[in-house]
Amino acid sequence: MALDSKSDTQTRDFKVVGTRPNRPDGIDKVTGRARFGADITAPGMLIGRVLRSPHAHARIVSIDTSQAEALAGVRAVVTSADFNKIEDDDFTADILDNCMASEKAMYDGHAVAAVAASSEAIAKRALKLITVEYEVLPHVTDVDAAITADAPVLHEGRTDETVPAGMSGNVISRFEFGHGDIEAGLAAADKVLERSYKTEATHQGYIEPHACMASMGPDGQADLWCCTQGHYMVRNTCAAIFGMEQGQLRVTASEIGGGFGGKTTVFLEPVALALSRKSGRPVKMVMSRSEVLRATGPTASSSVDIRLGMTKDGRITGARAELRYQGGAYPGSPVEFGSMSAFAPYDLEHVKTVGWDIVTNRPKQAAYRAPGAPMAAFAVESAIDELAKGFGLDPLEVRLKNAAREGTKSSYGVTYPAIGLEATLRKAKDHPHWTAPLGPNQGRGVACGFWFNFGGDTCVSLNITPDGTVTVSEGNPDIGGSRASMSMMAAEELGIPYEKVRTIVADTGSLGQNEVTDGSRVTFAVGLATIEAARAAKREMCRRAALVWGIDEEAVEWIDGAAQPAGPNAGDHPPMTLAEIAATASNTGGPIAGHHEANPEGAGVSFATHMVDTEVDPDTGAVKILRYTVFQDAGKAVHPAYVEGQFQGGAVQGIGWALNEEYIYGEDGVLQNAGFLDYRIPVASDLPMIDTVILEIPNPGHPYGVRGVGETSIVPPLAAIANSVSESAGVRMAQLPMSPPKVLAAMQSK
Amino acid sequence: MSQVHVTTTINGDPTEFLCEPDETLLDVLRDRLGMTGSKEGCGTGDCGACSVTVNGRLVCSCLVLGAEAEGAEVATIEGMSDGETLHPLQRKFIEHAALQCGICTPGLLVAAKSLLENHPDPTEEEARYWLAGNLCRCTGYDKIIRAVMDAAEEMREAS
Amino acid sequence: MVQVRIWGSLAAATEGQTEVEIKAGTLRELLDGLAEKYPGLRPQLKRGVSVAIDGRIYNDSWFQPIQPDSEVVLLARLKGG
Repeated sequence: MALDSKSDTQTRDFKVVGTRPNRPDGIDKVTGRARFGADITAPGMLIGRVLRSPHAHARIVSIDTSQAEALAGVRAVVTSADFNKIEDDDFTADILDNCMASEKAMYDGHAVAAVAASSEAIAKRALKLITVEYEVLPHVTDVDAAITADAPVLHEGRTDETVPAGMSGNVISRFEFGHGDIEAGLAAADKVLERSYKTEATHQGYIEPHACMASMGPDGQADLWCCTQGHYMVRNTCAAIFGMEQGQLRVTASEIGGGFGGKTTVFLEPVALALSRKSGRPVKMVMSRSEVLRATGPTASSSVDIRLGMTKDGRITGARAELRYQGGAYPGSPVEFGSMSAFAPYDLEHVKTVGWDIVTNRPKQAAYRAPGAPMAAFAVESAIDELAKGFGLDPLEVRLKNAAREGTKSSYGVTYPAIGLEATLRKAKDHPHWTAPLGPNQGRGVACGFWFNFGGDTCVSLNITPDGTVTVSEGNPDIGGSRASMSMMAAEELGIPYEKVRTIVADTGSLGQNEVTDGSRVTFAVGLATIEAARAAKREMCRRAALVWGIDEEAVEWIDGAAQPAGPNAGDHPPMTLAEIAATASNTGGPIAGHHEANPEGAGVSFATHMVDTEVDPDTGAVKILRYTVFQDAGKAVHPAYVEGQFQGGAVQGIGWALNEEYIYGEDGVLQNAGFLDYRIPVASDLPMIDTVILEIPNPGHPYGVRGVGETSIVPPLAAIANSVSESAGVRMAQLPMSPPKVLAAMQSK
Repeated sequence: MSQVHVTTTINGDPTEFLCEPDETLLDVLRDRLGMTGSKEGCGTGDCGACSVTVNGRLVCSCLVLGAEAEGAEVATIEGMSDGETLHPLQRKFIEHAALQCGICTPGLLVAAKSLLENHPDPTEEEARYWLAGNLCRCTGYDKIIRAVMDAAEEMREAS
Repeated sequence: MVQVRIWGSLAAATEGQTEVEIKAGTLRELLDGLAEKYPGLRPQLKRGVSVAIDGRIYNDSWFQPIQPDSEVVLLARLKGG
């Protein structure tokens, strides 16, 4: 059969891909019918609530749950004693300890016990009846304070083999990337900038708090409903925690009200399962907003030292960054990604990054959209900007002069294939935004950003109904409209209208394993699997047509949604449409499907350039965003409106991170702003329209050229805005967030 | 403490319920009446995901007591479409891709409907300030504002 | 024999070299070969790595072929958000 199923890039006239059909879940979401994590109930359901440590660091001496257990309406109380001890698996052990503290409470808000009761009111009363005896310990929340000799140490023996002897026990890992001779590189510069930069911890800020409902029976079979970026990850993690077989736990993903990386792990789920097991009833748990901020996974705060050397005509001769990130109370800040990505946009002969993973008494970090990269880019792009402007050079020209291209050896060691960085810089330079006039107290900033993207385990099953409609079953919760994109790719491949395809997110019982919705991987990896599944279905349908026509399978091809004889020698048979073949499927061999399972590699990196104009109020230090343009390479934009949506959403999260958002801890180590009033994310009146320019430099690793886009858009904004505000305010801003009091203080001290 | 008996109208339907004196209207809608279209994002009136109107006034239902619904007309997202016919705002939100995860969408639609009922011809700035009480983390508000302005135009032309 | 670039903080385990040679024809042979020749790398290999082969990133594919003249770079295990 004349079908090429290799994963080669197709430059062809797309019929569906590239258009903007309405998404299939749209009506449910605009009518309030769509069911998110907290929108579920079950007969006999109990409500679960968590008791949380009020101390930033404390030994748990004892927990007395007897009075809570005796309260009418309480059916179960759990503590860490109700969970297995996990051996030989630090990763899972840390997750479990974070879900339910064992020996120590490691941060303000750390879960120490949980109850399940017949009503929320009773559950809350029961929490008050639990007596916890704490031995309060000294705490540390600042990343630089945590590595001093007298800082309180959180864990014994977790420092790994990469850390030199004699450092604080709060230093867990050291990473180093780069090549060349830094001192020689810097010596060749006309000016070397040395500056330190700091960013504060921020939260992904999804509007939907974590929620789940667990039901575990006495036979050990369990069902779990939860809002998550990866219900297969939830299954595997909970199974590991409980020592269950993965097949015994069926997880269904609800619609998810935002994730951005913060829902790529578990917080409530193991606790809900434990409460359900103990009570013998379904248990529903929903976090409050303050619990979300105190006890889920914000991103790291950072402290970065840069040494950058540039010649007076704008060539970077040497670049060094030292990055200190704290990822909360357990190892695993994303400092290695910050270290790898910091200088990724540039072609450098001498470059070195050193990254340190540090623990502090804060909640355990979780991924946040390009984890680790925004803080590193903030420092690097600010430094490049400062040097360029110091020499009176155009910041875009300087970046173009040093830009990585196909064949450049990157700062993290890999030689780049075709990449879109230069294209985004040139588009930015030619755009009217670059030359629009600016007024007093206004400034313009640009910055570049980069993210790796990856593939990961993927299963797709494509099934055809007797009346010729198509259902695509995939395993990735839809955060940004991916169901529409899968339907589009299936429709494109099958040559049928988009309206004939329905894509659903199947539970863990339906497919084997799927990597989480993260890493900007879904349109790439699930799309690739959808295309391959559609191709498999096409091959089968051609085989059925061949049977009907009595000709050889190889003599049938698929064109425009129908099987046709491939050439006049194959015989004179009118085409059989998908619907016609489906109608006789039972007669020709049975129901028709195509499936594909893969761990696809070859995800293409994505580059972006952001441009922003700001105005600073000289009396208050308040910053207003006047104009924002995103230039980013998407490889191939399957649904342009959703690609724009990713560009805009990431940019606005970056705006919040740059201007307002920060975790504020008191001297007592307690989070002071655990609500949306004081943890201030951007609102509609803060912002102008966010303009977007989609570039398409195809990724050779995907049949349609798709690159992941969801994460890169949060990488440039911190620096682009800092560069802009530094101009508006007339003073270099090296700390985030640039909230009004800080901008005012900087202006007044210059 | 005994529960309060409330008689009210929700989306035009006569409704009665019992609730605790300190229970919010949001909790009543979601947990007693099964109307889960209104969402809890914060519980403190900062995010707008629970937006409803009470006697035509836009409120955060997490800041209204269930008991306060006595004798009032409550309108929620569930009443926004008319049978099969979507409200122009609902249609425009889908057309403009003004939602990604969709959790803030019910609150935003209720708030936008209230905006256009009070100000049928808002400027972009007026729309942004009216909707400043509705947090969205996915979209950056761009397509939301475009959808609202487009719906406003369509509704003005139709009237 | 395949040339492998390893990142600077792992060089303590490879006698200070950031470019090492391993006999391998597939990704799995590469990782096994590294663990065999440089026992100091084992903790990091256990924690996880990604491998870039000629510019494309591989997380798990044991039987991904590696040519003798391929560019092979060890990277921190990639995760997204």
